[in-house]
Amino acid sequence: MADTREITVTINGQAETRAVETRTNLADFLRHEVELTGTHVGCEHGVCGACTVLVDGDAVRSCLMLAVQADGHEVTSIEGLAADDGTLHPVQDAFWKNHGLQCGFCTPGMVISIAAFLKDNPDPTEEEVRSAISGNICRCTGYQGIVAAALEAAKTMRQEG
Amino acid sequence: MVRYTGAEVQRMEDPRLLTGHGRYVDDIHVHGMLHAAFLRSSHAHARIRSIDTSAAQALAGVHGVFTQADLAVPDTAQAMNQLYPAPVIHQDITQHPMATDEVCYVGQTVALVAADSRAIAEDALALINVDYEPLPAVVDCRTAQADDAPLAHIGSDNNLAGQLKSAFGDIDDAFAKADHVFAASFMQHRGGCHSMETRGVLAVDNPHEDGLTIWSSTQCPYLVRRALANHLGEPEDRVRIIAPDVGGGFGPKAGFYAEEIVIPVVARQLGRPLKWIEDRREHFTATTGQRDQHWDLEVACDKDGRMLGLRGTVTHENGAYMPYGALLPFTSVTPLPGSYAIPALDVTLNFVFTNTTPTTPVRGAGRPYGIYAVERMVETIARELGLDPAEVRRRNFVRADQMPYETGAKLRDGMPVRYDSGDYHACQDKALELADYTGFKARQEAARAQGRYLGIGVSACIEDTGVGPYEGTTVRIEPSGKIMVRTGAASQGQGHHTMIAQIVSDQLGVRPDDVLFEAADTGKFPQGVGTIGSRVTANVGPSSFDASNQVRETVLKLAAETLEASEQDLELEDGEVRVTGAPDVKVTLGELALKLAPMSGGKIPAGFSPSLEATSYLGSSGSPVASGSNVAEVEVDIGTGEVRVLRYSVAHDCGTMINPMMVDGQIIGGVVHGIGNALFERMIYDDQGQPLTTNYGEYLLPLASEMPHIDIVHQESPSPLNPLGVKGAGEGGTIPAAPAIVAAIENALVDFGVVIDYYPVDPQYLTGLIDAAQAQAAE
Repeated sequence: MADTREITVTINGQAETRAVETRTNLADFLRHEVELTGTHVGCEHGVCGACTVLVDGDAVRSCLMLAVQADGHEVTSIEGLAADDGTLHPVQDAFWKNHGLQCGFCTPGMVISIAAFLKDNPDPTEEEVRSAISGNICRCTGYQGIVAAALEAAKTMRQEG
Repeated sequence: MVRYTGAEVQRMEDPRLLTGHGRYVDDIHVHGMLHAAFLRSSHAHARIRSIDTSAAQALAGVHGVFTQADLAVPDTAQAMNQLYPAPVIHQDITQHPMATDEVCYVGQTVALVAADSRAIAEDALALINVDYEPLPAVVDCRTAQADDAPLAHIGSDNNLAGQLKSAFGDIDDAFAKADHVFAASFMQHRGGCHSMETRGVLAVDNPHEDGLTIWSSTQCPYLVRRALANHLGEPEDRVRIIAPDVGGGFGPKAGFYAEEIVIPVVARQLGRPLKWIEDRREHFTATTGQRDQHWDLEVACDKDGRMLGLRGTVTHENGAYMPYGALLPFTSVTPLPGSYAIPALDVTLNFVFTNTTPTTPVRGAGRPYGIYAVERMVETIARELGLDPAEVRRRNFVRADQMPYETGAKLRDGMPVRYDSGDYHACQDKALELADYTGFKARQEAARAQGRYLGIGVSACIEDTGVGPYEGTTVRIEPSGKIMVRTGAASQGQGHHTMIAQIVSDQLGVRPDDVLFEAADTGKFPQGVGTIGSRVTANVGPSSFDASNQVRETVLKLAAETLEASEQDLELEDGEVRVTGAPDVKVTLGELALKLAPMSGGKIPAGFSPSLEATSYLGSSGSPVASGSNVAEVEVDIGTGEVRVLRYSVAHDCGTMINPMMVDGQIIGGVVHGIGNALFERMIYDDQGQPLTTNYGEYLLPLASEMPHIDIVHQESPSPLNPLGVKGAGEGGTIPAAPAIVAAIENALVDFGVVIDYYPVDPQYLTGLIDAAQAQAAE
């Protein structure tokens, strides 16, 4: 039988305890065990960035991390980004206003990656934004709306302090 | 009163998708569901001697292992149906749902495992033993036609899948009277689908209730329903196909795949819901795409560069099977002669079997090939005659006063190719102005003074959009006053809900937020076609406009009776019908809907029918032809062969725009896809037919860091073919991108005399050309 361990991961502020196969990656754990399907799996080899989540505040490719490695850590997925009252995170809101998404499949990873990037660099240039999302592939938008959204979100977040 | 049509309305779809509440096939969990994995051929061409599944069957957690012989279909010897039969196809070979005794490409379905989890299913795949007898593979479509070439299929006489010809005018006369004849040969390679969501199928069988229900990440649920029902010998209405949120399509999700037969059939046999999600490696070999075309063309022109005739041959890599008719060949040659009034044409295209993944349309289908070809000939004329390439285009464009213009070519259905409206001269002028074309010389010289190589390239395109015959819509006002809109058209991110809500809102005096939307579920809308070829706005636009107009007429008639007023004195606003000048005399849309939806004992007003609704299948009467001109400005590093796109300018004309923000999104996304084709994307096979690029480290997609900002200006030449004046916009970004990029690279390297005969223009290829040019200059 497959090797299983019990793990506890705090996901979007809520502790989740599950027995998981040790070979289960964090993306599959979130999607199929915790049933948070907003995290998408696009390539399964760490290139497309669709599965990006925050682990202890850092952007991480959940397809390249085992669920057991998240034991005892805090994970924020796209479902946990908006405020409790449903108010969109400034990055989400800017995506909406700037047509930063079409099919929506890369979007959760893009939004999370940008949210993490803007914490480190609150006032980026366009070139810095393009570099920051160069590990996230979007086939629909040509990236322009995403870049515009990131720059607008940065501005909003600076103004909001 | 038009308030929303033409406005940049924020999309209805987005809040859900932005917060992780989209619902793609893999997000759907059905009680009792099993998971499937496919064993796929590891050989490009082989005979299957035997398949031993016993060890896989025995693995704990495995519920069944199936080969073609195990499938409970009416006829296991039956290959899949041809979706688009055509007389130009000489050898109509389609694959079986799973291989019988021969595999013809790496990735072909051989066996399926159904298990408690995907991981167990994949464990079991490793335990299946297939005894293959490898056969010679044919990989290069140029050599595939040689007499001694290996055959892609056992038992066929040759590898020619079919041939088609597009010809009009007096081609011999054109070449006889020409001042100049120029020839060019070039290879074009377009890449695969690479939607960020791979394909997926989930099937549930309820034999005593509503039959099979299948969720598929498809662009064409009604095509899947027809094909599957035919294969199973069942009524279409016992097969329900739902396309939920689909994470990008770009063409390859428009067909009908082996997995869409096998998953439902096995689900039925096991009596359990069954899900298969394609992994990315599978996507590279199991999902169709585009690849090689080799063109040999000659153009005849007068001393001023005016084109008189175009002739030549094309060899098209078809791949191993023909799942999708000859749509790629057709769409490659019917766009000729592009934006230009060329009186004579004679082009023959051979489509050739190879032992590689079958090809079907990717964003633009064959159009990017055809447009690239004619644009290459324009560049050739400009180079040979020392003319400005934009000027050569200007001299050859179909003029606005020639519209509607018939090129002489025929569409797939035999109808003449007719450009319905447009002003190609004005469109190019707009693009050149946006790109500061006249200022480029100074930029180029300044860069050269610093040792940098800048180039500029222009292209023009036409795109036949909106292929018919229909895509219907039902508009219904329900008693809450909300508007329910249902259509068959499947969305893969285009924003259909928003576009339709804008049109309907204007007709019914509501806000787009009041428009509820359901689409792409064959159980909820009876008949549809699919989302291909930039066709939805030009078909669903008119049908939603017409259906909501019909409802509006009923609303006004019923309100006039209710309010005892004349219809001419009524206005629809804010979900209410009011009497002009007496705003308190009013009735809401919900109240009117309720009058036509009484319960037991109630009465329908005389002259009205139950349910305040209408259905329309009004489409466009012919294909609206969009157009565009692009200008690319690039920098080439002559040492490394790297090409950077510095600036990209688009003038595009898709007729009247419903939502300019979404049109821009389509154009920009399309351009980037085209830049990917021009510079990066290449699906490589070795000479044994083994794919060498099966991950995103080896197959390069365009990234944000490599893409320029894209400037767009619109021209709106309304289509006379539908009441909204709309044309499709989905592919007009992609089609002209590669020719503009390639022309810009040549312009950057004009001192070296580099002529590009291949794309994607990768650094190895380009440095090879530069080195050869330098070596020649040194001699």
